[in-house]
Amino acid sequence: MNLRRLILIAIPYLWLLLFFLIPFGIVLKISLSETAIAIPPYTPTLDLSAGWQGFTAYLSELDFDNFSFLAEDDLYWKAFLSSLTISVVSTLLTLAVGFPIAYGMANAPEEWRPSLMVLVILPFWTSFLIRVYAWMGILSQGGLLNQFLIWTGLIDTPLTILNTNTAVYIGIVYTYLPFMVLPIYATLEKLDNSLLEAAEDLGCSRIQAFWLVTAPLSRPGVIAGCFLVFIPVLGEFVIPSLLGGSGTLMIGKVLWEEFFTNRDWPVASAVAVVLLLILIIPITLFQRNQQAQREADE
Amino acid sequence: MRRLTWFNVTALTLGFAFLYIPIVILVIYSFNASKLVTVWAGFSTKWYFELMRNEAFLNAAWVTLKVALASSTAATVLGTMAAYVMVRGGRFFGRTLFSGMIYAPLVMPEVITGLSLLLLFIAVGLERGVFTVVLAHTTFSMCFVSIVVSSRLATFDRSIEEAALDLGCTPFDAFRSVTLPIIAPAVISGWLLAFTLSLDDLVIASFTTGPASTTLPIRIFSSIRLGVSPEINALSTILIALVTIGVITASLVSKRAIMRQRAEEQRAAAT
Repeated sequence: MNLRRLILIAIPYLWLLLFFLIPFGIVLKISLSETAIAIPPYTPTLDLSAGWQGFTAYLSELDFDNFSFLAEDDLYWKAFLSSLTISVVSTLLTLAVGFPIAYGMANAPEEWRPSLMVLVILPFWTSFLIRVYAWMGILSQGGLLNQFLIWTGLIDTPLTILNTNTAVYIGIVYTYLPFMVLPIYATLEKLDNSLLEAAEDLGCSRIQAFWLVTAPLSRPGVIAGCFLVFIPVLGEFVIPSLLGGSGTLMIGKVLWEEFFTNRDWPVASAVAVVLLLILIIPITLFQRNQQAQREADE
Repeated sequence: MRRLTWFNVTALTLGFAFLYIPIVILVIYSFNASKLVTVWAGFSTKWYFELMRNEAFLNAAWVTLKVALASSTAATVLGTMAAYVMVRGGRFFGRTLFSGMIYAPLVMPEVITGLSLLLLFIAVGLERGVFTVVLAHTTFSMCFVSIVVSSRLATFDRSIEEAALDLGCTPFDAFRSVTLPIIAPAVISGWLLAFTLSLDDLVIASFTTGPASTTLPIRIFSSIRLGVSPEINALSTILIALVTIGVITASLVSKRAIMRQRAEEQRAAAT
């Protein structure tokens, strides 16, 4: 082990310890503290100058009150449940919209494909906030969608779409679509055409061949796409706060309001800890799926 | 049997219409003369002039640009180091923890990252402002950079590097004159990714910034919370134009690089 290698490892390592791991320790610590009207607004605070005695006194004052508060107040339960529901439903919707696009791209002439890829990636590089904002003008009461629907004669009175869960779903599907399309396209593009030809030679109809060959072979991409949408949507803040209404409960929004509006740091930290615990399951499954796919590729 | 059936054509048409119609509408209405965003009242560029006079937006844009330049550069250096350590570092104490810390921020909800960093800055008594936002952005974008760079590092032929070492290069020289030129495209795309992530970030910046240094996304967010405004449409149009030019240029440049590489390979094969 030479000094140079040690420095090379130490710099990014220490950076991540300091700015990633230690902050989590602090969140955990504050989630076990009590709210107080003080600066900082919680007790106990660790007094390092009191030495070991100060540390034990500090430990004895920590408790799980915030977590039992989360369990008792049904706002938090409902927020977690509705976040989960919104994430599952919007993941399935994104899959329903994204799969045909990926399929169409994989079947397009080879010389089109790079341009189609750029067209899918381009919105991803464009500001997230702007893409959500674009829907505000379309979905509002006097917005373009209502103007259009009234013009076609489908409806007489404008629909309320903005500030409802429907708007949240539209926003999520729209902004997360590239995350779904790209991994599915990657698996469909690699698909061996002779398998489909064989299936059809053996008497499958095109639809049967799709279900028996294409669908199972595209599964790794579908799973990866679903996780890439589900995981970030669970903690989403921007979409529910801009497109959702007062009835849209999502945990990211609750955490934000707990912190910025109510200034209740311990409860906000407890919400963060619970959200993290919920996320561990899909994140582990996702890592396992990626690992399996890497091994299959080798 | 790759063929473009009516189904595929419909899927592609509808899909891309869905992706692009909202953006096109946004751009069209930035040239609307009316203050009402949803009612067309003739062509006008006045909102662009209004925007140019809006000090608050200009200041926020300047802060955002400073933060993005500083954090993406720092993230590229740290992320490249981290990638090198992960791919070439061999075994060392706490390697699993290290790679965990590289991957975790990629899937971490922004509200949690933002909250935890803010609590850190308060705990150590660091005054919040441009500097703390730079630290926060560097931390999460260095992970994206290191993923991009490590996938390039993992696929290139290590024996070239070993040859340089055998021929008497120091490890640092070998890195500078052999490894770095080969991974340069990945490093550049990592930098671009870090830069856009920083430009785009609302949540982490809201947590970690101070009152004096508002970034552009924070300014946009607080203004659109009150509803749509033609000035924001104009601002969005400018940002969309910049991104589009950037992405198209980048894809043309990389396409040309690939073509040149292919031509060279063919020439080498012919001789």
